[in-house]
Amino acid sequence: MSRAITPRRKAVNTALAWALGLLIFFPILWTVLTSFKTEATAIADPPVWFFFDWTTENYSVVQERSGYFRFFWNSVIISVGSTLLGLLIAIPAAWSMAFVPGKRTKDILMWMLSTKMLPAVGVLVPIYLIFRDTGLLDNVWGLVIVLTLINLPIIVWMLYTYFREIPGEILEAARMDGAGLRAEIVHVLTPMAVPGIASTMLLNIILAWNEAFWTLNLTAAKSAPLTAFIASYSSPEGLFYAKLSAASTMAIAPILIMGWFSQKQLVRGLTFGAVK
Amino acid sequence: MATAHSRTAARLMLAPATVLLLAWMLIPLCMTLYYSFRRYRLLTPERQGWVGFRNYENFLTNPAFRDAFVNTLILVVGVLIITIVLGILLAILLDQPMFGQGIVRILVIAPFFVMPTVSALVWKNMFLNPVNGLFAYAAKGMGLQPYDFLSQAPLASIVGIVAWQWLPFATLILLTAIQSLDSEQMEAAEMDGAGPLARFRFITLPHLSRAITVVVLIQTIFLLSIFAEILVTTNGGPGTASTNLTYLVYVESLLNYDVGEGSAGGVVAIILANIVAIFLMRAIGKNLDA
Repeated sequence: MSRAITPRRKAVNTALAWALGLLIFFPILWTVLTSFKTEATAIADPPVWFFFDWTTENYSVVQERSGYFRFFWNSVIISVGSTLLGLLIAIPAAWSMAFVPGKRTKDILMWMLSTKMLPAVGVLVPIYLIFRDTGLLDNVWGLVIVLTLINLPIIVWMLYTYFREIPGEILEAARMDGAGLRAEIVHVLTPMAVPGIASTMLLNIILAWNEAFWTLNLTAAKSAPLTAFIASYSSPEGLFYAKLSAASTMAIAPILIMGWFSQKQLVRGLTFGAVK
Repeated sequence: MATAHSRTAARLMLAPATVLLLAWMLIPLCMTLYYSFRRYRLLTPERQGWVGFRNYENFLTNPAFRDAFVNTLILVVGVLIITIVLGILLAILLDQPMFGQGIVRILVIAPFFVMPTVSALVWKNMFLNPVNGLFAYAAKGMGLQPYDFLSQAPLASIVGIVAWQWLPFATLILLTAIQSLDSEQMEAAEMDGAGPLARFRFITLPHLSRAITVVVLIQTIFLLSIFAEILVTTNGGPGTASTNLTYLVYVESLLNYDVGEGSAGGVVAIILANIVAIFLMRAIGKNLDA
C-alpha cells in the first residue's frame, strides 16, 4: 500500500480490529478458560475471568470416566485414513487431467463438483441399510470409506489446481531426455507436487475431523469419533460446563493449530481454486 | 505431446476416481428411489410392498414438511446475509494497515475450525442457557429478565450459531479478494473526488462479485445440510420450530424407522437441492468464466 496513513487512523483500525477479533474468538477463549475451572467456578455468577484456582482435574476426569483417548483415536483413524485413501485415488486422476487433458476434462471436473451438491440426507437411508447389512455400522473403516468418497471431489479439484501450475515444459524436457512415465513421476513431478499434496492433505484432515453428519448417524459406542463423543454432552445429565469445556478444548486444539497453518490453502481449497 | 500410450495411461489413472464417485452417486440414489415407492418400516420389516406415491403424499402433506421447508430457507438465507454483510465489513477493516494484523486474522478465522458439535454445545450451555449462560448473567446484571433463546427463538439462535461458524470463511475469502484489488485504481478514484462510499459501491463491490458468488455457492452446499447443530441444541423443536429438511428426513427414517417415507423425503431433498444447484452453477459458471 503506497497510500499514506495517519498514525491516528492506524491506531483506530488496530483498536477496532482487535476488539472485533477478540469478540469473535471469545467463545473459544471462554471454553478454554472454563476447562481449567472447578464445576462450581464454571457457573459462578458474576462470571470469574482469570483469577481463579486453575486446575487440570477436568482433563483427567474426562479421560478416566469416558475414555477420551478412544474417541480421539477414532477421529485420527477416520480423518487421516480417509485423507490418505482419498489422495491415493485422487492423485492419479488429478495428474492425468492436469497433464493429459482431454476434450471432456472440464466436464468431468464440473461433474465431480456437482456430486457435492447431492445432499447427504438423500442417501442416508440406503447407506444406513447397506452398512447395517454388511457390518460396517459403528465401524471406523465404514466411516473411512464414506468420508473418502464425500471428500474425493474436493481432493481432486485441489490437486488439479496445484498440478496445473507445474509447467508442462519440464515434463517434455524430461521425456526428451528419455525419461519413462515412472521416472517422470518419481523424479520430476513428485518433488514439485509435494507442497500442493501436503496442503490438500492438511485441509482434508480438517474437513474430515469436523464432519458431523455421517459420523453422528453411522456410529454408536464403539467407533464414535470426537464429534459424536461431544454430542453425548447434549443430554441434561451432561451439564457439566468445566468437563464439557475440557473435552471440547482437547477436541478442537489439534485442528485449530493445523488450521492456522493452512489459512492460505484453505481459501484456495474450499473455493476449488476459484479464489487464490 | 502426449502419445497414444500416455493417453491410455491417463484414462486408466482417471478411472478409479470416476468409477467410485459414479457408484457412490448412483447406487444409493437408485436405492433411495426404490424405497421411496415401497412400504418398508424397520419395526415391521415383513410387511413390504409397492405403494405408489403414498410415501410422497405422506411426506409432502405432513405439516412438518412445510415448516421444515421454510426453516431450511430461513437458515440458508439468514446465514448467507449475515456472513456476507459482516464478512465484507470485516474484510475491508482487516485490509487496512494496523498493528498485529496476522494475529487478528488468526482470531477471526478460528471459529471455522471448531467442530459443529462443540460450537453448538458451547453456545447452548455457556452462552444461551437461561440459568447458567453468560447472556443470562448479563441480562440479570442489567436488571432484565433472562431470555430463553433456544425455546423462545430456536431457529434464530441456530442461525446465530451457524453464522458464527461461517463468518470466518466468508471473511477470509472476501479478504483474499480485496487484497488483489488494484490500489492505483483506488487512488485514481480518490483523486477524482470519489468518496469512500462511492469507491466501495463502484470499485470494491464489483471487484468482489466473483468472491461473493463463490461464498454463496459453497456455503449453500453446506448450509442445506445443517444437522449436528440442530441435533445437539434443540432436536428440531420445540415442535418443528427448528427442524430443517435434513433433520426431518433423519427423524422419519432413523427415529420413526419409516424407510419408505424417509426415502421419499430424501428424494424431495435431492430435487430441491438440484433446483438450487442449477441456478447456482449457472450463475457461478458465468462468473467464473469471466
